[in-house]
Amino acid sequence: MNAVKHDETPSAGEALLVEPSALSPGRRALTTVLRSRELSIFLVLVAVVVVATAKNSGFLFSSDGWRNFLLNPSILVLLAVGQAVVIITRNVDLSVGSVLAFTAYLTGRLFIDQPGIPLVVVVLLAVLAGAVLGLVNGVLVAYGKVPALVITLGTLYIYRGVVLTWAGSDRINRGDTPADFQALGTKTVLTIPVLTIVALVVLALVGYYLHTARGGRELYAIGSDPDAAVLYGLKVRQRVLAAFVLSGALAGLAGVLFAARYGAVTSSTGSGIELQAVAAVVIGGVAIFGGSGTVWGAAIGAFLLVTINRALPTIGIDPFWQGAVVGALILGAIVLDRVLAARQANKLAEARDA
Amino acid sequence: MSSDPTQPRLVLRDVAKAFGPVLALRSGNLTVHGGSIHALVGENGAGKSTLVKIVAGVHRRDAGEMLLDGEPADFATTAESKAAGVAVIYQEPTLFPDLSVTENIFMGRQPLASGRRIDRAAMYAEARSLFDRLGVAIDVRRPALGLSIADQQIIEIAKAISLDARVLIMDEPTAALSGVEVERLFAVARSLRDEGRALVFISHRFDEVFDLCDTVTVMRDGEYVGTRTVAETDTDEIVGLMVGREVGELFPKTPATIGAPVLEVEGLNRTGVFHDVSFEVRAGEIVGLAGLVGAGRSEIARAVFGVDRYDSGSVRLAGTAVPAHDPRAAIKAGMAFIPEDRRKQGLVIDSSVSRNVAGVIRAGLAKAGVLTARAENRAAAPWAGRLEVKTNALDMNAATMSGGNQQKVVIAKWLATDPKLLIIDEPTRGIDVGTKAEVHRLLSELAGRGMAILMISSELPEVLGMADRVLVVCEGRITAELDRAEATPEAVMHAATHSVEAAR
Repeated sequence: MNAVKHDETPSAGEALLVEPSALSPGRRALTTVLRSRELSIFLVLVAVVVVATAKNSGFLFSSDGWRNFLLNPSILVLLAVGQAVVIITRNVDLSVGSVLAFTAYLTGRLFIDQPGIPLVVVVLLAVLAGAVLGLVNGVLVAYGKVPALVITLGTLYIYRGVVLTWAGSDRINRGDTPADFQALGTKTVLTIPVLTIVALVVLALVGYYLHTARGGRELYAIGSDPDAAVLYGLKVRQRVLAAFVLSGALAGLAGVLFAARYGAVTSSTGSGIELQAVAAVVIGGVAIFGGSGTVWGAAIGAFLLVTINRALPTIGIDPFWQGAVVGALILGAIVLDRVLAARQANKLAEARDA
Repeated sequence: MSSDPTQPRLVLRDVAKAFGPVLALRSGNLTVHGGSIHALVGENGAGKSTLVKIVAGVHRRDAGEMLLDGEPADFATTAESKAAGVAVIYQEPTLFPDLSVTENIFMGRQPLASGRRIDRAAMYAEARSLFDRLGVAIDVRRPALGLSIADQQIIEIAKAISLDARVLIMDEPTAALSGVEVERLFAVARSLRDEGRALVFISHRFDEVFDLCDTVTVMRDGEYVGTRTVAETDTDEIVGLMVGREVGELFPKTPATIGAPVLEVEGLNRTGVFHDVSFEVRAGEIVGLAGLVGAGRSEIARAVFGVDRYDSGSVRLAGTAVPAHDPRAAIKAGMAFIPEDRRKQGLVIDSSVSRNVAGVIRAGLAKAGVLTARAENRAAAPWAGRLEVKTNALDMNAATMSGGNQQKVVIAKWLATDPKLLIIDEPTRGIDVGTKAEVHRLLSELAGRGMAILMISSELPEVLGMADRVLVVCEGRITAELDRAEATPEAVMHAATHSVEAAR
């Protein structure tokens, strides 16, 4: 950045300071978008789709291909949005896979045990159950002063244990749930699957809240420096608690959608999906130590993860490599973060010297 | 603001606070009026910071009385004290590095537009007008990351003004500032005073206290000692009150035999940071590295020690080349480095004293790879004893010690390696007068035993009093080398600002 020329000679005091940005608002917005992590990860997604579609046009340009492209990532998008909110506060929620399993099984049981129960009630109960499980995480993290990694690793096993005890070797089958519920999993509106619409609406609401509400900005502040947040007088505990409740509620919603989409639910449903959610968030540019990143990035990250897994066989890469490709993406994202952070720090320091 | 001008803004009476068995504050008394800048001075551990934290709502007092504008006040959280109009600027500014400067000012009380949505345009405009009022030019959109400490303090002050704080407390705001930055801060403080606000200013620098403040309250060992108006007192009286005894020589450098060169630095370069730096330090010699904050002194020291890389040049210790960018090799060759920011760089804060002291010689202490607490304590005891570190036990956590004692622990930590060369950056930053003299006596004694010492200091009297030779750094270059006899305040300041003026 060039120092703005002043008419008068700047005093030594002024010379130490950063000159105000001279960019016009339009150009500033453009630069922000061009430099954003969301754009670069989106371009990677586009590249993957273009390459796979060039190999096999049905990858995108067939009714199945288009539907799968939108539908498959939807559940992961919900989890990634909740996970992003938690990670922005410098925490992590590893229990979401178990919460998803719990509410997916709960959904099936409600339909079996309460014939004729309205769909809306089932969705609400599942979301509520997820929120309560999230509340348990939140209370333990906010008041227990134990790192979230440890707490949610514990609840991951506890919640899974509850599902195992409850379900045993029992499973929910496609025929156990009403037809209109199953249709929800595959229904489309203007070629866009309902599940995708639900995920995008949630994404938009949470994204809007994080950007424009005081509470949303405080989540970033808490993740950026938790000690400073206390000194600021921010309600750190309530906010962290709320982040975990949201993550749990979204995992609960994801459980219902899982049951609708796949029909079959067992006690091992959703094992390991929590790590995919964390991976999506990190790939999407949310700093693992909190304070920066967006849910938009996390959602694009979820799309990229799922799409790559579907694209690899099309491109002709052995599915054995799928895990390695995801790993390379995560490492690449972190290396990129470090490089960008170092460059920004240098730039800011230079701006100070100028 | 307050209707009655004689009514004090803030009154503390016999306030006490204990942390476990440690009585941090026995009886704190303070009466601050609006339109006044009140200095709070005292040695480290005198209880100043505890007092401030009670006013701020970080700690809750055990006993005593607090009145704000005549009303009893008791803050359980920082949010409550803020709402009551108390703003505190801590020694180390507490900002959110990832967020913009503007968000840092308004966090938690951003201006809202319809639908409880943050009105960013209004927020930026208000931040801009705040900075205009303070007479500083900071990009309101830039992140707080990478701001100098001086600029971070300006952000904190902007925050306090936007809160319309009635009482503004600054805990050692000038510790890390250069002369120009201090002047800017003082100008801001005076204008806030003239608006009728009450300011409390904690500092160890008496010239600043006498320059800025109108009233001084002195504390010692957690107790109130006395209050004087600045017009009717002088440094000697204040120092006397602080230490309870007269301080003799402040900078007792004793002559030592200067031996062979220990450190030889030649043609050290790092693009954009420092250029063509050459100098040597001899055994028994204290070389002062003077200059303005940001001139590149610490960067040179870090490069010599190998923490940072350099592009070209060479570093030799006792005739042997020291590999670049390798602190372990530097330690092995006989260098010791005590950084400026001891909380972050020099001390494992959350660890016991003996573990800190023994940290760098661990490998030598371990028996068959096993390091016992007993071995650590045994190695640490003589050093801590020699430095008179005031800790109840070596097991005490370093985080709970005062700044002066922390500095002594860091020095002890490095002396345990028995170095040939000691590089020490701002040895007495944030340390009270009594401990300062102890640190100086210690450095002098080490030089007398043949150690070569490279000392970086922003305090001119310290450099002039301690150094056998002064190297002045300006914008990454050594602009002057002055012998003890030639080194006058004028000569050093001229060299420190020389190239700035030449560039005009």
